[in-house]
Amino acid sequence: MGIVSPGFQGRRRPSEPALPPGQYLTEDFPVLSAGPTPRVPLTDWEFVITTETGAEYRWTWDEMWSLPTETPTVDIHCVTHWSKLGTSWEGVSLDTLLDGIETAADYALVHSYGGYTTNLPLDDLRDGQAWIVHRYDGDDLPSEHGGPARLLVPHLYFWKSAKWVRGIRLGLTDEPGFWETAGYHDYGDPWREQRYQGD
Amino acid sequence: MARTAVPGRLTNRATWRVARLVDRRQETETAATLVLEVPDWPGHQPGQHVDLRLTADDGYQAARSYSISAPVDGDRVEVTVQRVPDGEVSPYLVDVFAVGDPLEVRGPIGGYFVWRVTDSAPVLLVGGGSGIAPLMAMVRARRAAGSRVPFRLVYSVRTEQDIYFADELRRRVRDDQGLDVTYLYTRQAPEGSSASPHRIGVADLNTHGWPPQLEPACYVCGPTGFVETVADILVALGHEPRRIRTERFGPTGG
Repeated sequence: MGIVSPGFQGRRRPSEPALPPGQYLTEDFPVLSAGPTPRVPLTDWEFVITTETGAEYRWTWDEMWSLPTETPTVDIHCVTHWSKLGTSWEGVSLDTLLDGIETAADYALVHSYGGYTTNLPLDDLRDGQAWIVHRYDGDDLPSEHGGPARLLVPHLYFWKSAKWVRGIRLGLTDEPGFWETAGYHDYGDPWREQRYQGD
Repeated sequence: MARTAVPGRLTNRATWRVARLVDRRQETETAATLVLEVPDWPGHQPGQHVDLRLTADDGYQAARSYSISAPVDGDRVEVTVQRVPDGEVSPYLVDVFAVGDPLEVRGPIGGYFVWRVTDSAPVLLVGGGSGIAPLMAMVRARRAAGSRVPFRLVYSVRTEQDIYFADELRRRVRDDQGLDVTYLYTRQAPEGSSASPHRIGVADLNTHGWPPQLEPACYVCGPTGFVETVADILVALGHEPRRIRTERFGPTGG
């Protein structure tokens, strides 16, 4: 336990399920992004997975949403300390997209319309842990929350769930993304409170 | 988007440091600047933020992020906090936390929403409400470094009473060459004001910003709706998205 700030009571929520350390619960859906919100016409939208050999697998908007979708309900945790529980999404599992792609890669670098990037181990995109989502809470995903489509990988801090997702580059080496280059943790497990480098 | 390297970013960023409040200034009825003494503070760039952690006497802890509102000054770190109604942390910081009291600080955090005194492009700062805090760190850093980079600040507030740093901004406009400040009022404009209250729009940014041909660095900070509107307008006016950096204060700053 750290030092005590005199008179600080805080607001405990004994009835709530446990949150990761250092997180507080919000009912809102705060927006965090580093620049303007990119607007991507659906007719131009595409999603590309590139393997370490340079092989490319592309989906147009219509091709993407002709694939079977899932409707995960998940808790999300932002590195700026808020958590939101029971958020509901609709999207295509990365298992579906990666199925049949031949790769020896261990790492993924996710990139977005607008230039954002984030990195994570490829294993964290597999086994029902990650989706490309285009609907939130029963509606089309609003652009400020990453629409038309974003990555959802809720077991890591939410900056890993890249908004306005455009593609994933698979690689044999780990290449840090946008916030990871600016001092945020390479992996970002909220339950181990991996916020910044050195955590 | 350019990758940003923060010099010395590995030095002690992850350390929680015990800080003490050495001074406080009431900025408005609902906001206060807290001057913290943070031993071994590694320094920061204008625009970065810190995590503050409070601990109750039974060990319960709560942490929040706040923008730093003043440039580096030894072990002193200033944050400006707005009381969020029904918030868990901000009412304590604004109303209870007293000179001499401790809390924990870690940082600096964030390496993208940053202005460096060595940058040479003209700067447009657009702040909404408490979003002025990191922008003020840039205005002050410019002054402290004797920079001549032209700065324009467009500052949207509800009323005149909601202006943070009001006296200092008046002084800086008078004394700091090349700094222009425009106030926009959303609820009530002061008497004699030329414009009626309104939300920020194309005309405001076209008139009081820089032409995109000058390739200014734009920093936009405020509530989400404000930042979305301003960033969209700047893109529509022809500013390159990569020159527009945003920081959004959600409604749950707590």
